[in-house]
Amino acid sequence: MPETTAAPTETGRPAPKGSGRSPAGLRLARLRDFALVPAIIAIAIVGQIVHPIFLQADNLINILQTMSEISLLVLAQALVLIVGKMDLSLESTFGLAPGVAAWLTVAVGTGSGLGLLSGFWAIPITLAVGVLVGVVNALFIVRFGLNGFIVTLGMLIVLRGLLTGISGGQTFFNLPESMTYLGSAMWLGVPASIWICLLLFAVGVLVMGFTGFGRSLYAIGGNVDAAKAAGIRTDRVLWITLITASVLAAIGGLLLTGRLASVAAAQGDGAIFTVFAAAVIGGVSLNGGKGTVFGAFTGILLLYMIQNVLTLAGVPAQWIEALNGAIILTALALSRLTGGKTQE
Amino acid sequence: MGASTSPSSVNGPVAEAERITKRYGETVALDGAHITIMPGETHALVGRNGAGKSTLVSILTGLQEPDEGEVRFAGRPAPRLSERDAWRERVACVYQKSTIIPELTVAENLYLNRHDHNGLRLVSWKSMWRKAAELLEAWAVDVDVRLPAKELGVEQRQFVEIARALSFGARFIILDEPTAQLDGAAIARLFDRMRAMREQGVTFLFISHHLQEIYEICDTVTVFRDARHILTAPVMELPRGDLVAAMTGEAAGLQERKARPSVPPDADVILDARGLTDGDLYTAVDLRVRAGEIVGLAGLGGSGKTELAETIAGLRAPREGTVEVAGRRPRAGSVPDSLAAGVGLVPRDRHHQGLIPLMSIADNTTMTVPERLGTAGLVSSRRRDDLAREMITNLAIKTPGPELPVNGLSGGNQQKVVMARALASDPRLLVLITPTAGVDVRSKEFLLAKVEEIAGKGTGVVIASDELDDLRLCDRVLVMFHGRVTTELAAGWHDHEMVAAMEGVELDA
Repeated sequence: MPETTAAPTETGRPAPKGSGRSPAGLRLARLRDFALVPAIIAIAIVGQIVHPIFLQADNLINILQTMSEISLLVLAQALVLIVGKMDLSLESTFGLAPGVAAWLTVAVGTGSGLGLLSGFWAIPITLAVGVLVGVVNALFIVRFGLNGFIVTLGMLIVLRGLLTGISGGQTFFNLPESMTYLGSAMWLGVPASIWICLLLFAVGVLVMGFTGFGRSLYAIGGNVDAAKAAGIRTDRVLWITLITASVLAAIGGLLLTGRLASVAAAQGDGAIFTVFAAAVIGGVSLNGGKGTVFGAFTGILLLYMIQNVLTLAGVPAQWIEALNGAIILTALALSRLTGGKTQE
Repeated sequence: MGASTSPSSVNGPVAEAERITKRYGETVALDGAHITIMPGETHALVGRNGAGKSTLVSILTGLQEPDEGEVRFAGRPAPRLSERDAWRERVACVYQKSTIIPELTVAENLYLNRHDHNGLRLVSWKSMWRKAAELLEAWAVDVDVRLPAKELGVEQRQFVEIARALSFGARFIILDEPTAQLDGAAIARLFDRMRAMREQGVTFLFISHHLQEIYEICDTVTVFRDARHILTAPVMELPRGDLVAAMTGEAAGLQERKARPSVPPDADVILDARGLTDGDLYTAVDLRVRAGEIVGLAGLGGSGKTELAETIAGLRAPREGTVEVAGRRPRAGSVPDSLAAGVGLVPRDRHHQGLIPLMSIADNTTMTVPERLGTAGLVSSRRRDDLAREMITNLAIKTPGPELPVNGLSGGNQQKVVMARALASDPRLLVLITPTAGVDVRSKEFLLAKVEEIAGKGTGVVIASDELDDLRLCDRVLVMFHGRVTTELAAGWHDHEMVAAMEGVELDA
């Protein structure tokens, strides 16, 4: 989004020297970031018509809070997709990381908790599991050069199995307070998870748009040989990206755990499909090198707004899933129409 | 001029490679080869596919280390491979394969991994745009630096890559087949730019398959053959025949073309295209080709010759007009229908439309004729391989056998596979689009001779190309300019006539 942020100051001034052509393509590129904004406004209007509660602060906060946890998976996936890889295992990390923390800190007697460590360790453990999963992914994908799709598919299954194993298929309760705080606290009248989600997205926008590191992700995803030729240490960037993604997934899991005050064995199960859909609808290419963090955010926001409208419209819960799928397909078709290019 | 401060002001060579040997397993890619490039010259490196040019380029640019031998820049030994920045100050290369990242802006491509930072250590886009614009202006490249690089044409992309190379301080630039994807006018502009840069002290190593270009732009030529250095000579002192002989190792120069027997006026009309129009791409084109006739469609990129040829072959449908092949009228835009009507096609770009790289020669050559491979949709591998072997012999494809994947073949042999595929269906009409692009001299001669042979058997041929050698064997050439046929030249035209017609210039008006 670098273009967009600097755009207002540029208007009215002479174009930089050497610009020969009218920057029509440039404007399009700028607009691509905001492609979903009209759709979001449209849904807001429809929502308001469907139910007058829609635009009230409580409902908007409700939408943001419900999406805050999964949106961190979308952020993580957007980074991994931009660098030209895929990480399916994020949804399992989302469950396993807080799961391990609960397993080690929950007192013996409640569920399958071991009570080995005090509650203080819950958050460090969650993050450490995130790092560890990222390291294993990176080891297979970067170090051994295996296909990221298959590696992370394997990891998805392994990590899900680990969570089922340590929890015995049960849900962890009676979590230490440190684990529930972030997901349930209110800061300035707004849930902390919304603040955290927005903050992390803001950092994402900044890093991806305005740091050499962020730009190197685009370079690697766009043409890895060219990136190497430009002196970018591609392997190191891939390692950092994959680990960051897993840590983000772990944080997302922690937030959900805090909101629900429990860790279910199936936490995050199936979320990866929504995550991919949100990223692609938000303009992130599955082929790498293309898309923005802001776009990914609008993608997940749009999906959750539509879900909210459907709920307010009284659509029976049994039908929501089918409609969700249909919405994803419709949104893809729309972005194909507005983007004008075949989806990659 | 900046030349006085650059290392090239020394009188010694800008770059030299001595006794370079490089092996890949069994294959010897370079065998004691050497090259010396003097400051300010434009030095041509020629050789057939597999002569070792690419290997030498990767050694000269520090992508690979030679097994033996030494590389020196301005008299000093080359830096170690890991010191990318040191290499980049000495030599830069515009590779055939683009090193531009399509989704990023031109400016960011120029300053990738060396972004300007502001006080907060964040990328400062404005100062980067300004610097990029200044850089391009300094080298007279007229491109908007804030455009995504994917919107540049091949020509602009090359200029951007050259400017980027210069921005690292290198004044020695290797151009690896820069003209392969350019049309005539763009090549002329590239050469103008090269001349201007040479004035400013830039040294070039220029790699091309087109001997014409060597004579036009280069001062010195070095020939490699079979991994060895054959000769280095001033271009002006080396007649064409000798250059070809050095490249091929045979005494024969470019063969004089025999006059083709004229096509009887009562020969069957194989192709009858009337009033073909598709917007601005091509307008109101009529084209008739008789059995045994070879008709050229000449024109630069954007003249519509390629689109017209693709329409005739059924790859695209025209807005208006009809195509009739041997009395049948295949459904517009349907390749299967056109195939059934007897059209064989050598498409424009073998990498893009011509070949499936991981599949074998046998699979690739027989792709157009599934019905001949067995009954009821089953493929008999024996029949397929027999058919493929026949074609391998017929087209003299150099391969150990039909089962080799085509990406293991050299460019010339790959193009022969594409040709074999077009011929597999025994076409009545053969449509060839730039059939000799990126192919070495010998393969080119072979392919063109094959086309003549096929025409001799009563097949009508259409060749869409801007390559004079391709057009020379045509009985007549229709020249297209901005979508219209502007000129028709009978065989025996002069080069300047053809070039002028393609450029849309009236010679004696």
